[in-house]
Amino acid sequence: MSDPDGRDAPAPDPVLSARGLVKRFGRVTAIDGADFDLLPGEVLAVVGDNGAGKSSLIKALSGALTPDAGEVRVAGRPVRFHGPLDARRHGIETVYQDLALAPAQDVASNLFLGRERRRPGLLGRVFRLLDTRGMRAEAERVLDELGIGVRSTSQPVETLSGGQRQGVAVARAAAFGTRVVIMDEPTAALGVAESARVLDLIDRLRARGLPVVLISHNMPHVFDIADRVHVHRLGRRVAVVSPAERTMNEVVGLITGALRVGADGALEEVRDAVRTGVTRTGGGTAE
Amino acid sequence: MGRRGPLGRSGRGVAVLLAGALAVVGAACTSQRTATPGVGGKADGRTRIGLVTKTDSNPFFVALREAAKARAAADGAELVALAGKFDGDNDGQVAALENLVQQGVDAILVTPNNSSGILGAIRHARDRGILVVALDTETSPRDAVDATFATDNVEAGRSQGRYVRAALAERDPRLLMLDGTPGGTVDEQRHRGFLDGFGLGENDPRVLGRQPTNGDQSRAQQAMENLLQRANGVNAVYTLNEPAARGAHSALQARGVAGQVVVGSVDGGCQGVRDVREGRYAVTVMQFPRRMAEEGVRAAVEFTRTGTRPSGFVDTGSAVVTDRPVPGVDSRDTAWALANCWG
Amino acid sequence: MTTTALRRTGVGEFVLRTPAVGPTIALVVAVALFSLTTDTFLDVDNLSLVVQQSLVVGTLALGQTLVILTGGIDLANAAACVLGTLLMARLVADGVAAPLALLAGIAVVVAVGATTGGVVTALGLPPFIVTLGVLAIVTAASRIYAGGQSFPVTDGLLGLLGTRQYLFGQIELTIGMGVALGMYLLLWYSLTRTAWGRHVYAVGNDSEAARLSGIHVRRTLLSVYVVAGLVYGVAAWQALGRVPNADPNAFQTGNLDSVTAVVLGGTSLFGGRGSVLGTLVGALIVAVLRSGLTQAGIDNLYQDVATGVLVIAAVAVDRFARRRQR
Repeated sequence: MSDPDGRDAPAPDPVLSARGLVKRFGRVTAIDGADFDLLPGEVLAVVGDNGAGKSSLIKALSGALTPDAGEVRVAGRPVRFHGPLDARRHGIETVYQDLALAPAQDVASNLFLGRERRRPGLLGRVFRLLDTRGMRAEAERVLDELGIGVRSTSQPVETLSGGQRQGVAVARAAAFGTRVVIMDEPTAALGVAESARVLDLIDRLRARGLPVVLISHNMPHVFDIADRVHVHRLGRRVAVVSPAERTMNEVVGLITGALRVGADGALEEVRDAVRTGVTRTGGGTAE
Repeated sequence: MGRRGPLGRSGRGVAVLLAGALAVVGAACTSQRTATPGVGGKADGRTRIGLVTKTDSNPFFVALREAAKARAAADGAELVALAGKFDGDNDGQVAALENLVQQGVDAILVTPNNSSGILGAIRHARDRGILVVALDTETSPRDAVDATFATDNVEAGRSQGRYVRAALAERDPRLLMLDGTPGGTVDEQRHRGFLDGFGLGENDPRVLGRQPTNGDQSRAQQAMENLLQRANGVNAVYTLNEPAARGAHSALQARGVAGQVVVGSVDGGCQGVRDVREGRYAVTVMQFPRRMAEEGVRAAVEFTRTGTRPSGFVDTGSAVVTDRPVPGVDSRDTAWALANCWG
Repeated sequence: MTTTALRRTGVGEFVLRTPAVGPTIALVVAVALFSLTTDTFLDVDNLSLVVQQSLVVGTLALGQTLVILTGGIDLANAAACVLGTLLMARLVADGVAAPLALLAGIAVVVAVGATTGGVVTALGLPPFIVTLGVLAIVTAASRIYAGGQSFPVTDGLLGLLGTRQYLFGQIELTIGMGVALGMYLLLWYSLTRTAWGRHVYAVGNDSEAARLSGIHVRRTLLSVYVVAGLVYGVAAWQALGRVPNADPNAFQTGNLDSVTAVVLGGTSLFGGRGSVLGTLVGALIVAVLRSGLTQAGIDNLYQDVATGVLVIAAVAVDRFARRRQR
């Protein structure tokens, strides 16, 4: 197990962790022995260049992809996810980059998509009648609590603005995520004002004690909100740094491979680093 | 305002477009009506006739329809022409009959798709006092309709059979049969008549093969190609209709045996007559759809004037058409046939 | 603004959000036009007749709606229905008890649906291609089974759905109408009031999003094809009630006729939008047009023109509405 930068390991046990994850697609190695740790109550940003394997890592953690090797642990216990539902059962909710909303369906339906509530009693058990009103009320409550403004929870999602849709997706994760909320590029498609609201939302989730994994390209956003930054490169974690201790330039250096974490934990320059993409080998690099 | 969503708009849009579509058709309607001038309510004593053919596309039914329209116009009757969508569309014919009854027609002329499939609708019409005449195809039982004006298809098949057998002269028959749609009444009658006239039993070993073609030229060609592949020395071919005969000819010609095989057919479409004149096949037996239509319209008009219902099976006749007459079979030449053909 | 709007979910909202509204307006307009322009259209008997004429295609279209809602299309529905009619009629002709023959016919149609759904989900092939293949296979199977014959139906049970009853001694109703209405209401309920229905819509809307939302996409799809098969099985029973004759050549255009009804009913061919009530209205529109134009003395060919224009209009409106939404 290589763990080049397991710096001063923090005291609390991670909520969600991974060791030595590997995923190959044919000759492409998307995850190359990656580690991951999310601590309670923190916002952890995951950064890396395009093709560094962030998305694959996140998919492995959210159950959308099953790794070929390695281990995922939830609250210290090893788990194996065979689909998004498995991860959800462990309280891990994901906001996908394309949001995974059904555009023609209304806000409340989307919030409860895949886990609809039925009416109590005979109506629900025998006639499978949905508790539409209850779900709408609950949806309103969650949206209000997170300060997400939509006209009505019976409004189709496709009539919402990009920020509002993001809000609905976040609200869905927040409503059901008991342990972890993972957000994949939540601000990528948004304008300045809407991005600010999403960051605000993340802040509120943290305030509720819910740890958030934030995948983002946007350094200012990362430095604005994250407690720690996980730097991903060539399919694995190369560093975990604190935004309070490092500058954006230093993080960018880690991402491009211009810098690396030395044995003493200090950053050092690398001369010949050029390639940043996923390793493309016939042989593979599983350890 | 934002909540007056697109769905509301789409609703209005559909309504507007529907109205537009109806206006277009309404215009077509008026032109139709002027074609048969002076259409009015029932009060004017005009005969209203409904015609329901098997399809709109077959030239036979087009000829029948056009003749019925012309005759109706001449007699001052009003005629609505409906049809099934395809051969075998019983459901469509039933709906057409029902709608004609509802419209209050005096008489319905129908070429039934299936000899028994539409009996309920026919009974419904007759219960209301409407005259129902079958054209071209019989119902089963025959007395489900007031009368039938049709080619005697057994006789037409028999004529074909007699001719083909006589044309073979001394040769021992080796026969292939291209049928129509399995289960079709006309198909079965012509087939039976042919074998009778030809003088072979259904299971005679000299019948080397048979294939359904749906009366379609390309299917017939394919069927013939396949039959020729496994049968040698074929010298006679029965075909249900002229498209099938054309398909058979193409296949025979490709094999280089067209000259040794006597192909017979039934129908009397103008294209078929030309085929006979050009020697693609030896003989066709002409039917007279115009006569069926005219007799039908005449009977309908007669019925509204005098209350007389025609009855029974009225054979509208058939004629053997060939330019190579054989002894013992009455025939007409193609020059005559071209003046009398349909389609 | 936000809070007041949240409370305003009343009749107006319902009407605007129900996709069947447009088609219903079209239907009302058509009925009104024919009532005004002909003496014979607006008549209890005729209206009953129009409904009867729309039953078989209307039932096929109900199953078709389910498949189209998931973003698929079923080209084999009418062929499966015809196979069902042949089985029912021929088994009874061969001496099998009618209830058994009926169930066997329906079961085979369900099996065709299940097989289609199985191939679509297991191999991930496009439904258009799969059902095109099934269409050819099932049509051939029908012809082989029928052996070139058609089978008249005299049995009471097989023809039951065509049995006429008179309400107040005046209004002609058939049992088939009741069965069709019951099925429509049941599926309307299932699609709009149960989780299954929401999953069907979500799969048609965006199947990847549905998967990531934790919906069992394959299971939902398979269930849709099975339910549709059951509906087609009942359509076979309806067909024997209308025309008491099982004919291997019947309903050759039933697949496209059912698509026509679905599209006229406002359901999007792209999946995820629409309603079965719209389809009911769509099927009625076709029958109303045919009946009304006949009453107006218009020939068949022009009637087809009218239907064609309407279909294109309906799809254009769907497209237009969705572009507006962006």
